[in-house]
Amino acid sequence: MRARENRNLLLMVAPAIAVGAAFFLLPLARLAVVGASGPLGPQAYLKVVTNAQYFDALLSTIVLSVAVTATTLVIAGIAGVFLERNRFLGREALLSMLTLPLAFPGVVVGFMVIMLAGRTGIAGELSSLLGAGRLVFAYSMAGLFMGYLYFSIPRVILTIMAAAEKLDPALEEAARSLGAGPWRVVRDVILPALSPALIASGAICFATSMGAFGTAFTLATDIKVLPIVIYTEFTLLANIALAAALSMVLGIITWATLASSRALAGTTAAAAG
Amino acid sequence: MSARGSGTAIRLADCSKTFPNGTRALERITLEMRGGETVVFLGPSGCGKTTLLRVIAGLESPDPGGRVFFDDEDVTVLPIERRNVGMVFQSYALFPNMNVEENIAYGLKIHGAPQAQRAKRVDEMLQMMQIGELRERRITQLSGGQRQRVALARAIAVQPRVLLLDEPLTALDALLRERLRIEIDVLLHSLGITAAYVTHDQGEAMAIGDRVAVVDRGAIVQVGTPREIYYKPANAFVADFIGTMNRVRGTVRDGFLELPGGRIPWIQCGEGTVEVLFRPNDARIMPPGEAALRGEVVQQFFLGDRTRLHVAGVADRMVVVETTEHREFKVAERIGLLIEPDTLLRLKD
Repeated sequence: MRARENRNLLLMVAPAIAVGAAFFLLPLARLAVVGASGPLGPQAYLKVVTNAQYFDALLSTIVLSVAVTATTLVIAGIAGVFLERNRFLGREALLSMLTLPLAFPGVVVGFMVIMLAGRTGIAGELSSLLGAGRLVFAYSMAGLFMGYLYFSIPRVILTIMAAAEKLDPALEEAARSLGAGPWRVVRDVILPALSPALIASGAICFATSMGAFGTAFTLATDIKVLPIVIYTEFTLLANIALAAALSMVLGIITWATLASSRALAGTTAAAAG
Repeated sequence: MSARGSGTAIRLADCSKTFPNGTRALERITLEMRGGETVVFLGPSGCGKTTLLRVIAGLESPDPGGRVFFDDEDVTVLPIERRNVGMVFQSYALFPNMNVEENIAYGLKIHGAPQAQRAKRVDEMLQMMQIGELRERRITQLSGGQRQRVALARAIAVQPRVLLLDEPLTALDALLRERLRIEIDVLLHSLGITAAYVTHDQGEAMAIGDRVAVVDRGAIVQVGTPREIYYKPANAFVADFIGTMNRVRGTVRDGFLELPGGRIPWIQCGEGTVEVLFRPNDARIMPPGEAALRGEVVQQFFLGDRTRLHVAGVADRMVVVETTEHREFKVAERIGLLIEPDTLLRLKD
């Protein structure tokens, strides 16, 4: 009876396993093998760390993603709680405007950053009008930071709003009745209750920033972030093995972040009960 | 001036509350609570009793002109975190990211009490609430009754000036509610703390309140001891809201109140048609031949400690009477009723 059930179950998940193997596991295994099959052999993986150029790209990608994630969490965390708690004229319009970036591909976001801070951008016009010279930062890490922030904030705001809706107002009132001022309430009640949402949406934000390509590619091909380096190695230099090795490293870091955040969010969610 | 000599007196003066959407929750409430006294705010849901509690707590401020005093101190503009009140909520509102001990110590920590003093006070609280074995537990591992004990301990730990309880027993099952009700009553009186207690449950209000304030549509319609509220309701709302009340119409003539089932001596003034009220337990069942009022049993409900009868023919409408007699009544059985004239109530309109 039991064995039969197991066999039936296996039959039912077989298609999922087949698809997973064909489109996910096999290419991944192939990628891992390709990475080790260049002129350098498995040492290609080591080169990602030893070669200053690749290592810098890896490092700056991580720093950029961490910065984007942290800034996004602060901005979207505050805005999300505010938007959930306050009803005002134009709130619905503001909400739908805030979610607009979700609809744009990276190229469009890059385009918008150029319009804002490019050589003929609004920021430059304004700063030169004020006599501070022409401010141009679109084609650099700063531009990339702006672009990533722009499409990260909406995702996090929506997640935070959903979590803030479930906050029990009595918890904050209880803390206040015991003498807690506003900051104390944020630290002891609101942040712990929001932490599963902050961790989960922060991880997604980090992963997206690590792998985003369109915006960086639109802004400039010489911004040294990992996806651009992979593109350059693969398409322009035909250095396929190294591109594969870099891809594996990028994938593993991102995966590890998501996996550990899931574990962490799981324990805090249990604690937040 | 205070009953028990300790505890902070609370005084509300002209406290109205209008919410931004225009809802009028409170109508010029003026009330004095003596130090150490437990006042229960009783009323149906939406009557404004919780808003009243929140005004005392400092979670809502009264409309301009309203004043809240703790003893002689005007606390109207003090936010809740500076009023030193203890609050207990229907949802318990325990911090899920802290265990039992940390929850109880939270207020002490905020007040900057040193570690040793905190530990001592937590020990006292755990002992007082008889929850010593729960010290290290997470909140999710506690039952409803245990959670409410922790919530009480947390509120009392900081030695608040007043204790405010918002439907603290409503989320519990009947048996536990009864037990905790007794414990809370003992606790409040042994602490000698002034307490405002909100409930929609009249039984709870009667059992716990030194005084009961009945709230209807944002106004306090009567304040009094549970017995005053029960036996001398100030108006029809109080009479109908608390317990079962018979309302019958009769004619006063020649010193008697004449009802369809007979007549009883009438000692109050007034002639003509009057409406009078009486409680089910104020009518005594007698053999039909010996009583001035007679009727016929329509239905009986055995409640264990007493039997409730619906009786027709006594008055212009069905009356409800209760007896502690052990015997079973029959449907259509003729019975006599004795109602002492001084238990008949007339309401001022």
